Amino acid sequence: MTMAKLSNTARILLALVPVLAALPLVLPTYQITLANNIGIFSLATLGLILLTGVGGMTSFGQAAFVGIGAYTTAYFAVGVDLPPVLAWLGGSPWSGLLVGLALTLAVAALLGALTLRLSGHYLPLGTIAWGLSLSYLFGNLEFLGGHTGLSGMPALSLFGIALDRAEGLFYLIWAVLLVAVLVTLNLLDSREGRAIRALRGGQRMSESMGVNSFRAKMTAFLVAAAFASVAGWLYAYTQRFVSPAPFSLQAGIDFMFMALIGGVGHVWGAVIGATAVTVLKQGLQDWLPHLLGRTGNFESIVFGLLIVALMQWAPGGIAGWLAGRLGSHRRRNAPAVPAAADPLPRRTLPKPGELVLEVQRVTRKFGGLTANNNISFTVKAGEILGVIGPNGAGKSTLFNQLSRVDTPTSGEIRFRGHAINGLTARDMAGAGLSRTFQHVKLLPTMTVLENVAIGAHRRGTKGVVAAALRLDRDEEARLLAEARRQLIRVGLGDLLHVEAGSLALGQQRILEIARALCSDPCLLLLDEPAAGLRHLEKQALATLLETLRDEGMAILLVEHDMDFVMGLVDRVFVMEFGQRIAEGLPETIQTNPAVLEAYLGGVE
Amino acid sequence: MNLQIVMLLGQDGLTNGAIYALLALSILLVFTVTRILLIPQGEFVSFAALTMAAMQGGTPVRLGWLLLALALGGVVMDLYAAYRPGGRRRFAARALVMPVYAAVLAAATTLLPLDGIGAAAQAALTVALIVPLGLTLYRVFYQPIAGAHSLVLLIVSIAVHVVLVGVGLLMFGPEGARTEPFSDSGLQLGSVMLNSQTLWVVAVSLLLIVALYLFFGKSLYGKALRAAAVNRLGAELVGISPELAGKASFALAALIGSLSGILIAPITTIYFDSGFIISLKGFVGAIIGGLASYPLAALGALFIGQAESFSTFWASSYKEVIVFTLILPVLLWRSVSHKGAEDEE
Repeated sequence: MTMAKLSNTARILLALVPVLAALPLVLPTYQITLANNIGIFSLATLGLILLTGVGGMTSFGQAAFVGIGAYTTAYFAVGVDLPPVLAWLGGSPWSGLLVGLALTLAVAALLGALTLRLSGHYLPLGTIAWGLSLSYLFGNLEFLGGHTGLSGMPALSLFGIALDRAEGLFYLIWAVLLVAVLVTLNLLDSREGRAIRALRGGQRMSESMGVNSFRAKMTAFLVAAAFASVAGWLYAYTQRFVSPAPFSLQAGIDFMFMALIGGVGHVWGAVIGATAVTVLKQGLQDWLPHLLGRTGNFESIVFGLLIVALMQWAPGGIAGWLAGRLGSHRRRNAPAVPAAADPLPRRTLPKPGELVLEVQRVTRKFGGLTANNNISFTVKAGEILGVIGPNGAGKSTLFNQLSRVDTPTSGEIRFRGHAINGLTARDMAGAGLSRTFQHVKLLPTMTVLENVAIGAHRRGTKGVVAAALRLDRDEEARLLAEARRQLIRVGLGDLLHVEAGSLALGQQRILEIARALCSDPCLLLLDEPAAGLRHLEKQALATLLETLRDEGMAILLVEHDMDFVMGLVDRVFVMEFGQRIAEGLPETIQTNPAVLEAYLGGVE
Repeated sequence: MNLQIVMLLGQDGLTNGAIYALLALSILLVFTVTRILLIPQGEFVSFAALTMAAMQGGTPVRLGWLLLALALGGVVMDLYAAYRPGGRRRFAARALVMPVYAAVLAAATTLLPLDGIGAAAQAALTVALIVPLGLTLYRVFYQPIAGAHSLVLLIVSIAVHVVLVGVGLLMFGPEGARTEPFSDSGLQLGSVMLNSQTLWVVAVSLLLIVALYLFFGKSLYGKALRAAAVNRLGAELVGISPELAGKASFALAALIGSLSGILIAPITTIYFDSGFIISLKGFVGAIIGGLASYPLAALGALFIGQAESFSTFWASSYKEVIVFTLILPVLLWRSVSHKGAEDEE
C-alpha cells in the first residue's frame, strides 16, 4: 500500500508514532506520568466515541468497566486472597487481563441485553444505577480491600521485560491505544461497522435491509466495554494500587465529558478530549481553590458549564471544529473499490410465471379505522403489478404488512409459498424481499456507496473480529463491488463517493433502488420511486424496471404518475378507502368507471 | 425480627417511599412534557433541605444569589435572542420581573435574621427560592436546545447536575445538616408509635398528589401541559407555547423537589450531594412505570422505599446496591415485552 492510498487517519497514526517514541527521551517523568494517564483515559474514552458518537447510545458506566478491569488485575496480581481453585492464575498479568475482560464483557452483555432493546433512555439510566452500585460494591467487599482498596501490586513484567518505570509503561500504554484506534477504524470501515453507523437514525431502514440493530448496538457496547477493561488493566499497573474512587459514577461522567469535549464524531476526539480535560483539570485544581478561598471539587462547575455551552454552540467538540476548518471530512469516507472482485453468490430465483407473493383476504384495522379491508392479489416472477389509489387508500399500510413492519389484523400473506406470520422485517430481507421507502430513508453523512452496501449486509458473514484484524478485506471488496455494480446499473455510477445527503431527492430515490437490489431480491416493493424524477430520469427508471422484469424479478409498484404506471406495468390493482375497487390490465383499468369515479369524481 | 421491628422498618420505608414517589411523579411530568430526564431534580431536594437548615442555624443563606445569577443570565439570553440579526427587536419589561424578584429575595435572605421567624415562614421562603430556580434553570440551560436530540438533552441534564453539585458545595459547604422536626408529638397506634414526621410526609404527599391530579384534570394550564406531553407539535399549533410548558413543568418539579427536601430534612442528614441518590430512587420508580405511567411510577417508588428500609436491616452496607439492582428485573420484563426497532428523533 502506498502513501497515497492511506486515509488521513492512517497518516496521522504514522506521523504520531515517531513523536510518541521520542517523548520519554525529552520529557521529565512527571509529564510522562501525566501522558500515561491521558493514554489510559483516551482508551476508555475511545469506547465512548464508538458508542455515543457513532452508535448514538449513551453510557455513564465506562468508569465502572475500567474498575472491573483494574480490580480484577489487582486481585490476581496481589494474589494473596485467591481461592485455591484460582491460585494457579495468581501473579500473572495475563490472567488479570483475560479474567478482567471476561468479567467486563459478561456484565456488559447482561446490561446490554436488558437495556439495548428499549428506547435510548434506559441505557444511560441503567448505567448510572449500575455505576453507582459497583462503586458501593468495591467499597464494601472485604476481599477487594473495602474503601482502602488493594495495594502492594508487583510491577508489570511482560515477556521478561520489567515495566516498572513510567517511561516503560508509556510505550505500552500508547502502543495499546494506537492499536485500539486502528481496530476502531477498521471496524467502522466494514460490514458490521456500517450496521453500527446506521444505528443513528437509520434503524428501521437497516432492519428492512436485513441488519440486526440490536446486535449492532450490542457489538458497539461490548467493544466499548472491552476498551475500558484494558484501560483498567493498564491503570492498575500504572498506579500499582486500586481504590473505589477513580471508578465512581463521577469518573464515568468525566469520560463522557472527555468524549464530548474532544469531539464525539471522530476517533481522535478521544485523545484530544482526554488530553484537554486532564490538563485543564490540573490547572483548575491548582488555581480554583485560590480564587474561591477553599478546596473542593469545584472544577466540575467549569466542566459542566463547558459541556452545556458546547452542546449549544459546538456539538462536534474540538475535533469536529478542527475537521470543519480543515475540510477533511470531505475525504474521510472513501473506501477504495478494487477493480476486480469475485461477484457475490446469488440466490436461485423463481422461474418466470412462478407465484412469488400471495395476499389472501388481508384486513388491517387501526382502532375503528379499516386501512385495508379484505385485500387479495398475487404477484408472479417476471411481472410488474402496479398498485394505485388516491392518498389515504391504504397502499403504504399494505406495503408495511408485506415487509413485516406491520402485522395484518386478519388474513394471510404467503411469500414464495410460505406464510410470513411471525417473521421479522429482517427475515423478509433474508428471504428475498426488498423495498424502498415513500419517505426516503438513508444515512446522509455516509457515502452513496456505503449506503448501498448496507443492502448487501446479509450477503456477507464476516464479523467484528475479522473486521478488526482486516481479515474481511476479500469479502468487503466483493460487497463494495456489488454496491458499485448496482449503482452503475441505476445510473449513479459517477457519484459513488459523494455524501448521500447531498444528492437531489430523485437521485436519493434511485439510490434506494440500488440499495434494494444489492440484497439480491426476487420481489421488489417500490414506494413511489418516480416521485421527484425528471422526464428523462423516469424513462431510464422504466427501462431499468423492464430489464429487471425480463430477468425474472417480481415487482410491486406504488406510484401516482399514471403515464409512468400505465406504460410499464403488466397489471394494475386499484384501491380506495382500504378497498379493492378494480384489478386488471392497464387498458381496461383506464376505462373502468369505478376507477374514473375515484380519481375524477363521479359523472352526475 | 419481630412485629415491632417490621412496623418500624415499614414506617421508615413509607416515609422515604412517599418522597421517592413524589420525585418519581415530578421526573415523569418533566419527561413527558419536555423529553428531558431531569437529573438535577435531586438538587432541588438537597438545596431546599440545606437552605432550611441554614436559616435555622443562622448561617448565611446564599441560594438567592444563585437565583439572581441565573435570572440575570436569562435576561442576557432574552436580550440576545431579541436583538441578534433576525431577532424580533422587542423586549418585554416583563422579563425583568424575575431578576428584580431574585434581587429582592437575595437581599432579604442575606440581611434579615431568619432563625427566629418560625418553621412555616422558613419553609415558605425556601419554596419561594427554589421554584423560580427551576424556572430559570429551564430558561438558561434547556430552552435554547429544547428541540435537540434526546441524547443531547440528557447530556445537558447531567452537566447541569454536575454544575449544581459543585455550586452546592460552594454555597453550603461539605458539612451535612438536619433541620428541627415539625412537631414532637406522635400518634400511638396499638403498640406502635407513629412518628409525627411520617404523618407529615404522608399527608403532604397525598395532598400534593391530589393537587396534581386536580391541576392536570381540571385546570386549563394543566390540560395544556398534558396536550404538550401527548403531541408537542399539535399543542404548539393550537397555541400552547412549548417554552411555557417547559418552564411550568420545571417550576412544578422544583416545587415538588423543594417540598420533598423540607419534609426529609428532619429525618435524614442531607449533604450538598445527597439529592442525586435520593432522586435516583425516584428515577427507579419512574423506570418501573416505564417512563410513562404515573400510578405505576408512584407504586414502584413506594416499593423502593420498603426495599431500601428492609435491606438496611439485613445488609446495611449493600442497601444502595440492592435498591439499584432492583431495576434489572424491571428492565428484563420491559425488554422481553418490547418489540421492533424504532428511530428516535
